[in-house]
Amino acid sequence: MMTFTLWDILRNLLLAARWTVVLSLVSFIGGGLLGMALLYLRIGKARAGRMFVQGYVELFQGTPLLMQLFLAFFGLGLFGIDVPAWLAAGLALILWTAAFLVEIWRGCVESVARGQWEASASLGMGYVQQMRYVILPQAVRVAVPPTVGFSVQVVKGTALTSIIGFVELSKAGTVVTNATFEPFTVYGLVALIYFALCWPLSKSSQILERKLNVAHRNH
Amino acid sequence: MSLIAITEVKKRFGDVEVLKGINLDVERGEVVAIIGKSGSGKSTLLRCVNGLEMIDDGSIMVAGAQLINDDLHLKALRLKVGMIFQQFNLFPHLSAGRNVMLSQMVVKKTPAGEAEAMARRMLERVGLGHKFDAYPDQLSGGQQQRVAIARALSMQPMALLCDEITSALDPELVNEVLAVVKELAADGMTLMMVTHEMRFAREVCDRVVFMHQGRVHEIGPPEEVFGNPSTPELRQFLGAQLVV
Repeated sequence: MMTFTLWDILRNLLLAARWTVVLSLVSFIGGGLLGMALLYLRIGKARAGRMFVQGYVELFQGTPLLMQLFLAFFGLGLFGIDVPAWLAAGLALILWTAAFLVEIWRGCVESVARGQWEASASLGMGYVQQMRYVILPQAVRVAVPPTVGFSVQVVKGTALTSIIGFVELSKAGTVVTNATFEPFTVYGLVALIYFALCWPLSKSSQILERKLNVAHRNH
Repeated sequence: MSLIAITEVKKRFGDVEVLKGINLDVERGEVVAIIGKSGSGKSTLLRCVNGLEMIDDGSIMVAGAQLINDDLHLKALRLKVGMIFQQFNLFPHLSAGRNVMLSQMVVKKTPAGEAEAMARRMLERVGLGHKFDAYPDQLSGGQQQRVAIARALSMQPMALLCDEITSALDPELVNEVLAVVKELAADGMTLMMVTHEMRFAREVCDRVVFMHQGRVHEIGPPEEVFGNPSTPELRQFLGAQLVV
């Protein structure tokens, strides 16, 4: 029987972890961009746009991410479209991330005091000007900590894509376990790598929260 | 013609009729205080004049600009009449100077240099020239309110609406704000102010409007309204004020 050193295991896991990082970045950036577009509709004046985004958010927050991955992977296959695992994984995670970010950000925009809208309106500003110069600059400060915090959920969410066959950290863990028969060591290392990715994110979210609060303490 | 013409204005929130047909004309340079119990509709009336609330009936005209619910008309109206709020509502992410510059640059497209010069003049006028770079949370309530006044003045409105502008201030800070308002009045600014400062209303205002249950109940020069109230409601209101 072949033997594997700890370094063999770790090296393979780290190589696969690159894909976890890439998928996380793609999901977070793609979801962020889509989330911004949805936010524009969600807080805009058009009723149809608001309803659409609300429905979208309820759909994606109300179903498990795993089902969304299955639907993206197998569902499109039913129509004869051959979807590679990386595409289904990226697509589902982007849609899922956007659904959460748009709600986080909507809350941040709405947390800006009503008086700010009234004061800027009374000075003659239009809706876009109010948003651009008064509301969003304040909302962004509020939004940074929860947004960074949510990125942790995205990183952990990528683990589910192993089920549709995308080889990232979790999938690599399974593969390596099957070869080494050392599940505890392998999954222990997998968990440590996830932790090494997530902990700095949640920590920086905490630090940012403190920092932005201090700059904002009297409001 | 009057600068502000309020004609048969009615306003309801759901089932509650807050304004039941208000008629009030304010002349250029006139200082009008609006007094009355809370819920009498005085703040709502003021907010209607600035288009922060829409009216259900009647009309409001300020120097030819009419209150109509679309962006163009509202902007035209708001360029004629500025508003100062109980809660100051300064933009917390901008310095005092930037607060005063922003709307000039964004709404009137004034170049930055000119806007800054105007901001410095206006802050000087309210006695805060040295606070140009201070952020709102570094200023006292009274100072914040004076910045808010400077911000409204920088748009060069023909009239200012003051909605209980000293009610959120600590007692020792009230006078510095009232002093600024008094100076504005002396300079000939048209002012409509909802206030609980009866002594100030008596000293500074040309006319006092007593509102009661959504109507102008009594109106006249301060000597008359305070010295010789003709309705029991006003007498009761003034009596309650004296006890406090």
